[in-house]
Amino acid sequence: MTKEELIAKLKTIVQPYIQDEQAFENLSEDTDFINDLKINSANLVDVILDVEDEFDIRIENDDMEKMTSVKAAMDIVNEKLAEK
Amino acid sequence: MKNRVVITGLGVVAPNGVGIDAFSEAIKKGDSGITFHQQLADLKFSCCIGGIPKISEEQKLNYLTPLQLRGFNSSGILYGCMAGIDAWKDAGFTVDPNSELDFDSGTVFGSGTSGVEKFREAIYKLDEGDVKRLGSTVVVQTMASGISAFLGGILGLGNQVTTNSSACTTGTEAILMGYERIKSGQAKRMLVGSCSDDGPYIWGGFDAMRVMTYKHNNSPEQGSRPMSATASGFVPGSGSGALVLESLESALNRNAAIYAEVLGGHINSGGQREGGTMTAPNSDAVQRCIIQAVSNSNISTNDIDAINGHLTATSKDSLEIENWTKALNRKGENFPYINSLKSMVGHCLAASGSIESVATVLQLKEQFIFPNINCEDLHDEISEMISEEKIVKEVLHTELNIAAKASFGFGDVNACVIFKRYI
Repeated sequence: MTKEELIAKLKTIVQPYIQDEQAFENLSEDTDFINDLKINSANLVDVILDVEDEFDIRIENDDMEKMTSVKAAMDIVNEKLAEK
Repeated sequence: MKNRVVITGLGVVAPNGVGIDAFSEAIKKGDSGITFHQQLADLKFSCCIGGIPKISEEQKLNYLTPLQLRGFNSSGILYGCMAGIDAWKDAGFTVDPNSELDFDSGTVFGSGTSGVEKFREAIYKLDEGDVKRLGSTVVVQTMASGISAFLGGILGLGNQVTTNSSACTTGTEAILMGYERIKSGQAKRMLVGSCSDDGPYIWGGFDAMRVMTYKHNNSPEQGSRPMSATASGFVPGSGSGALVLESLESALNRNAAIYAEVLGGHINSGGQREGGTMTAPNSDAVQRCIIQAVSNSNISTNDIDAINGHLTATSKDSLEIENWTKALNRKGENFPYINSLKSMVGHCLAASGSIESVATVLQLKEQFIFPNINCEDLHDEISEMISEEKIVKEVLHTELNIAAKASFGFGDVNACVIFKRYI
């Protein structure tokens, strides 16, 4: 999967939870889920569940804590996919 | 200085009508909202009929955001949000996520249980070792105060935001709790009401107690028969009723339309003594509750024009009528009009008191008595106590000034509220 494909998938996943449309439209690797997209922190666990379902992976608590930006999410997804 | 308290907004989600206009029309016509539910039959329920409001997916989006509806599985919260938001708008307020926080407005919005379907879903996942995958909304959908938490956030309420729970008394109790808060000057406006989930997981316990009728699976609309000689148990219902209570001063200041005044009321318990049990009322306490409600409202028992009873269609209906005759010291031709909304919508449990209060307030506003359906064969014990003319079977347009609404619930708890026409 290319970087662009992965970003596109993550973009679809986070869409229901975002509260800043402009930041969402300009979503890039550097976008932060809470500070930029204004996702409610309680919803981060829902984003993670949706990521798990989309890529058929399981994300543990340690990784979950780190997953607060597009970049971090990409790293973790790539790592988990490589382990498969 | 005690504030007078008036009603400036109404909302309702009932099995026979969603929204005030549809509901008002349905109760005048005597439309039943009771239908057969295959799911109950598949689960081997004795009673396979019930009252469930009809709501489209599209309608839900007028009240909750797509995000709020993700993984949403709490019918009671949905009904409560719909009725509560409708009542708030009906009172002339806007619903805006960026509205200024209003410290003068709060809510007491009751429920029996919350999100029982969501709870079931969570328990299955949890037992499979998948606690991590429950998602973020199990707590807010299943906590008892889920409904008041949802409404408080949607409306931006900054006064007390709480949920009360007292079985089938819940809705009527919520009205009196909000009334007290405004009367004592602690709030200017209180959104009050209650909601109840639908479906097998909320109704199953009652089916097991054999208190729901099993004789009308083929004739659902005739199933709920309060005061009838052939009443054979209640029919379960669900939904929500909501009222915006407001100090008279606040209502007049903003030129709000006023439906009726809450004169007063009373809440008590029979303590599960002297004939009262977990599931049966102590008659002395019921009578005392009514008498205290009348006295607290500074009226006489003869001032009551209409009663909206609890009257569930179980064997206790005659006892309830007897309690009213004793408490009011009125019988025969001198007894007020009395009706039971449950004949049309079933017993909406925690939501019953609020939905039935909305019906009572509509009667005062529009000057009518809604018909009792399914009691063409009035129970002998009842016709011996009160004139049959007082139990209308077709809508009656008549002058009404004061109406009483009472609810009684498991735990031997009682509540009675007195409403007055506002002109």
